[in-house]
Amino acid sequence: MIKQDIVIAGFGGQGILSAGKVLANAGMLEDKYVSWLPSYGPEMRGGTANCHVVISEEPVASPIINDATTLIVMNGPSLEKFEDMVVEGGLIIIDSSLVETEVKRKDVEVFRIPASKMADDMGNVTYANIILLGKLIAKTGIISKDSFEESLKKVLPAKKHYMIPEEVEALKMGMSL
Amino acid sequence: MPTVFKRPHALKEVSMHYCPGCTHGIIHRLIAEVIDELDIEGKTIGISSVGCTYNNYEYFNCDMVQAAHGRAPAVGTGVKRANPDNVVFTYQGDGDLAAIGTAEIVHAAARGEKITTVFVNNAIYGMTSGQMAPTTLINQVTTTTPYGRSVEKHGFPIRVCELLSSLEGAVYIERVSVNDIKNIKNAKQAIKKAFQVQLANKGFSLVEVLSTCPTNWGLNPNEAIKWLENNMIPHYPLGNFKGKDLEV
Amino acid sequence: MGEKILMKGNEVIGEAALRAGCKHYFGYPITPQTEIAHYMAKRMPMVGGTFVQAESEVAAINMVYGAASAGVRALTSSSSPGISLKQEGISYASCAELPAVIVNIVRCGPGLGGILPAQCDYFQAVKGGGHGDYKMVVLAPCSVQELYELTVEAFNIADKYRILVMIMGDGILGQMMEPVEFKDKEEIISVQKNWAASGTKMNRENNVITSIYIDPEKMEKHNLKLQEKYSRIASSEVKVETYNCENADIIVSAFGSVARIVKNVISMAEKEGIKVGLIRPITLWPFPESEFLKYADVPKAFLTVEMNAGQMFEDVKMAVNGRKKVYFHGRMGGMIPTQQDILDKIKEILKV
Ligand SMILES: Cc1ncc(C[n+]2csc(CCOP(=O)(O)OP(=O)(O)O)c2C)c(N)n1
Ligand code: SF4
Ligand SMILES: [Mg+2]
Repeated sequence: MIKQDIVIAGFGGQGILSAGKVLANAGMLEDKYVSWLPSYGPEMRGGTANCHVVISEEPVASPIINDATTLIVMNGPSLEKFEDMVVEGGLIIIDSSLVETEVKRKDVEVFRIPASKMADDMGNVTYANIILLGKLIAKTGIISKDSFEESLKKVLPAKKHYMIPEEVEALKMGMSL
Repeated sequence: MPTVFKRPHALKEVSMHYCPGCTHGIIHRLIAEVIDELDIEGKTIGISSVGCTYNNYEYFNCDMVQAAHGRAPAVGTGVKRANPDNVVFTYQGDGDLAAIGTAEIVHAAARGEKITTVFVNNAIYGMTSGQMAPTTLINQVTTTTPYGRSVEKHGFPIRVCELLSSLEGAVYIERVSVNDIKNIKNAKQAIKKAFQVQLANKGFSLVEVLSTCPTNWGLNPNEAIKWLENNMIPHYPLGNFKGKDLEV
Repeated sequence: MGEKILMKGNEVIGEAALRAGCKHYFGYPITPQTEIAHYMAKRMPMVGGTFVQAESEVAAINMVYGAASAGVRALTSSSSPGISLKQEGISYASCAELPAVIVNIVRCGPGLGGILPAQCDYFQAVKGGGHGDYKMVVLAPCSVQELYELTVEAFNIADKYRILVMIMGDGILGQMMEPVEFKDKEEIISVQKNWAASGTKMNRENNVITSIYIDPEKMEKHNLKLQEKYSRIASSEVKVETYNCENADIIVSAFGSVARIVKNVISMAEKEGIKVGLIRPITLWPFPESEFLKYADVPKAFLTVEMNAGQMFEDVKMAVNGRKKVYFHGRMGGMIPTQQDILDKIKEILKV
């Protein structure tokens, strides 16, 4: 059975929540069971944001993740806060342009990707989250590139659809790393 | 070298949690400076209300009481009646004071409670992510007026100073703003006078402070100040409404 | 059934209400349910409905009182502190037998508490948080799909019995996104509301909606009528999900989002050779007592798991009625019981 318990974490405004939505939506388009749960509250005040995404071939029992198969982090505090929740043999994908902290765990697979820098070079730093998702998809095969693209159409408001080709480019870039 | 600028004693040495460019922090500082200048920290009780400043009891050095949403003037009444020698101030937002707590503020003012209210009008519900406030301007877009505030559907914004001025118990009422240095100085003078009115046992006093909420207005801090100047001040004229010449 | 859409629980409540023909929403912002209001503010103008942001929850429930008196389907939503403010209106509307739906996306308390998920308003909802002998039907969905279906059903139950129906969720359900499949058409019962205060049009006696009966005999008679209605509901509207209970070593009882966590525990326990059953009350009132009685002799013990200090626990104990020992595991303050903690508790009880 394929099941991924994915935690995405960083600062508010980095597209943490929307990256999770795109992922969950893509899983749904592939007829998998999915859930998305954000951290919520007055955390917009410069605080951190995170979301839990479950994609599974069986009904999702709980949307709350205690043991993550994958952790994607876009800031230092989140790495420290969440690295212990990754299962043995799990994945940690880090935006190394933003996170200097080293991973303490020795029993997980770690990928450090300068996603923000790469996205900035592409001309839009907000694609950093997508580059990181690319790595996740390439590593786990949890969803296909096509479903990702399809999902973007659903999640992005129509006036932002012009961004889709570039986002797909960003995804491919992440996948190729 | 003499110190020319330091943290008022009445303000704790902790950093505040407000968003960048939010003027709640300035208003806190002004209150603290006034408490210092009047040398009343030891007998002042602040009432925190419910809004972004719900935990400003962590920022002041005087005693503080946290009240339920809208009920700060009632809680303040209780505190003051228990110990009339105390100086009591409430710190309330527009949702807190002019929506859910309308009854409490009107009746505290009507009774002439000897308390001081600092009413922070940012034309929005900051804490709960940007819904319409009673003071939201016509056409202003909020999360509960996605098509803009309309007179037909949502009625008119409430001008609190004007409204309360008709009550005999309210003896000092002034509207100020913290958009520039001059207005910040005026704001401090008004807050000081409001506290002095209370100290002189004259009756209820209120200072309305026009304030920014860059986060929920969707503006950067500079734009927010401009928006306040161009939209709020014309609708909420600054100045004294009552008690300008009150002897204190 | 249409296509699956990924939607937030709170927004689904709004959409479901609209589909149930509710065109009147009254509310006051409070986390973690405000998206219901945001959704209604956007959608109501599109369907010619009414969205009012009231000046307080006290006002909002009284607006519902008025709209329901006038005979329309009305909704208000809030979270714990706001629901406390509504208690007066809830009692009055119950006495006046007004049909309406109230959503409580519970947050942790008491007091201003916090904004994280909790189930600490169970007593308030099922035992009568306001004054007087009244009951509300209380529905506890555990998924976004169920939020949709039960919200539509809530309006039907309300109209059928002239009763308030509360939907009790928590921050997890309100905030999470899950696929939801809307039906092409909703089943909406149609009842003649000839009791409503909608104008005599000069062709009938005037209708009066009231909750005051100064004459004690009349007041008692009205109370008896209410009680008779409540027993009718208790015998016909119970909803419960029973899972894996045959031959269970232990039966766990949980409602709402906690029941989902328990389902994970069931598969974890299975790997260790422990058979765990689940009884999930979907109606918290009327409580599915008979389901507990039915299985009372099967397990070695019962365990209830809740995000509170042990509220439904008392009802489970009453239902099991001494036939087996009932244990409790709970977290409070916005803390969520983990699968491991629940499994550890089960092992401790079964001494394995
Ligand atoms: C009874 C009750 N209802 C609703 C809330 C949720 N709530 C918290 S703050 C707030 C609005 C605050 O707005 P305002 O007073 O303008 O303060 P600001 O955050 O803008 O400074 C609301 C509705 C609550 N805490 N209690
Ligand atoms: S949300 Fe608005 S009022 Fe609240 S702290 Fe931020 S800027 Fe200030
Ligand atoms: Mg405000």
